[in-house]
Amino acid sequence: MNARIVHIASNTFREAVRDRVLYNLIAFALLLSGAAVIVGQISIDIERLVVVNLGLTAVSLFGVVIAIFIGIGLVSKEIEKRTLYTVLSRPVRRWEFIVGKFFGLAGTLVVNTFFMAIGVFGALLYVAHKFARPDASILVALYFIVLEFLIICALSLLFSSFSSPLLSAVFAFSLFVIGSFADDLRGFAGLTHGVTRWFATGAAYLIPNFSALNVISAVAHQQSLGAQLILENTAYALFYTAIALSGAVLVFERRNLK
Amino acid sequence: MTARQRTTVIAGACLAVSMSACVLLLRRLDRIRPQATAEDALYIDSPQIVKRASLGFNGLMACIYWTRTVQYFGHRHFDRARSYNELAPLLEITTALDPHLFPAYQFGASFLAPMPPNGAGEPERAIRLMQYGIDHNPDNWQLYYNLGFVYYTELKDYKKASEIFARGSQIPNAHPFMKVMAARMAENSGDLTTARMLWSATFQTSKLRDIRENALAHLRAIQVDEDVSNLQAAVTRFGERTGRLPASMSELVAAEHLPGIPADPDGQPYEMTKEGLVLVGNPDDFPFITRGTPPGYKPSALPKFHTHL
Repeated sequence: MNARIVHIASNTFREAVRDRVLYNLIAFALLLSGAAVIVGQISIDIERLVVVNLGLTAVSLFGVVIAIFIGIGLVSKEIEKRTLYTVLSRPVRRWEFIVGKFFGLAGTLVVNTFFMAIGVFGALLYVAHKFARPDASILVALYFIVLEFLIICALSLLFSSFSSPLLSAVFAFSLFVIGSFADDLRGFAGLTHGVTRWFATGAAYLIPNFSALNVISAVAHQQSLGAQLILENTAYALFYTAIALSGAVLVFERRNLK
Repeated sequence: MTARQRTTVIAGACLAVSMSACVLLLRRLDRIRPQATAEDALYIDSPQIVKRASLGFNGLMACIYWTRTVQYFGHRHFDRARSYNELAPLLEITTALDPHLFPAYQFGASFLAPMPPNGAGEPERAIRLMQYGIDHNPDNWQLYYNLGFVYYTELKDYKKASEIFARGSQIPNAHPFMKVMAARMAENSGDLTTARMLWSATFQTSKLRDIRENALAHLRAIQVDEDVSNLQAAVTRFGERTGRLPASMSELVAAEHLPGIPADPDGQPYEMTKEGLVLVGNPDDFPFITRGTPPGYKPSALPKFHTHL
């Protein structure tokens, strides 16, 4: 990676930290520790399940919200504050700016997820008193969540490169919701015929498939996840991220910034 | 004090006072509308809609619905309600969201199947729930055990119970007692020895405190039922022999050559009325007894469970 991208990425990370993005960790810690203590008293035999389900769901949702709301402002804020012109007046290419912003936001989310993972494992230790071998699959679920963040970051950047922050947020969040139903959409497409089927199938493949990356329930029940799933999900997420990022670069390269 | 400090103190005080007032007012409002916080309503009763609305976070939603089910049953049970209209839909939503949530099947069946006030009195729905669990978890022998249990205890369908235990015993790693149960049900199903065997197996195989306590309560009740039956038979024999009822428990003990005044599992001696009825000293301590309660006896609000036999 070239030095300019690294500089932009580290500045994006520093800016996110300065914007107190990592404060969400406090809310996460309170949520998880509260749930770990309370659920044991008000429910029956699901203490471990709740910690894993709630922990991973919170990691995912907190991250998605951060990815969308930071991601949509990455380009527009720079234009609004006119700092983009200062950056681009130096020997920095537009694509380097976009890629750097992407890595900065992705880095912020990885750090955020790392601290949340410590919280999840801490709460798990509190309720189960020890770790079991299948608990290692929680790491796989966390890895898939990070892959999900990469896609959302790239999508947010794509929308941010041509649209207003509000519309970008609406687009990105809608795609997240639709992507959660990706399996259903493919099923619906299979029920249609003729041209509709072509369109429906095309649309079903165009949207990001977040349901394949959601293995929280399986992990909560200590089911093992195959190496092939990990490999193919990784490849899928990286390719999809590349699509969205390439789209963002293409749009931004042609955008009139005057 | 500077102006800024003064503002901080006033705003802080205002915040604290307002928060306290809100809490107090809400508590007063709860007293005016006591049912508002535990409303018996299920706004979305379609498991599929709830599943879709959970955006793929089914596991967490299942935990939330299971907790809601436990709270619903607990509240209704505490009030000794005769109807549990939302229980079956809540369990169906929970298991549709997460078909591998075993506590929902194991406890759900024991919430649904028994007659009120111990449960919802819906053994057919309990069977449907267990069947759904078996369809989604065919390798879990304990679900067969729970299903057989419902057929045995609530429907008294011993043939079907035997069949279910036999099917469960075929599963790899099934507990050996499944085969014993299947045979026992087929031969000698309705007696207290079989019931004792079943509850003992539940007590020994479950690691869950609530299930073990429930099994223990049933074992204690079986012991009391057996004692009362035996003593009542002794009273009848005494009457046939002497033409009158025994004047006291001591007289019965002497006539039957018993080692002492018989006592319940807590050590409380059994009592006898003038009419020759054998009674338990504290029936509230044995929530599942079917014999030995005084005429017109109404159980207390919640059954007491013990941790020893």
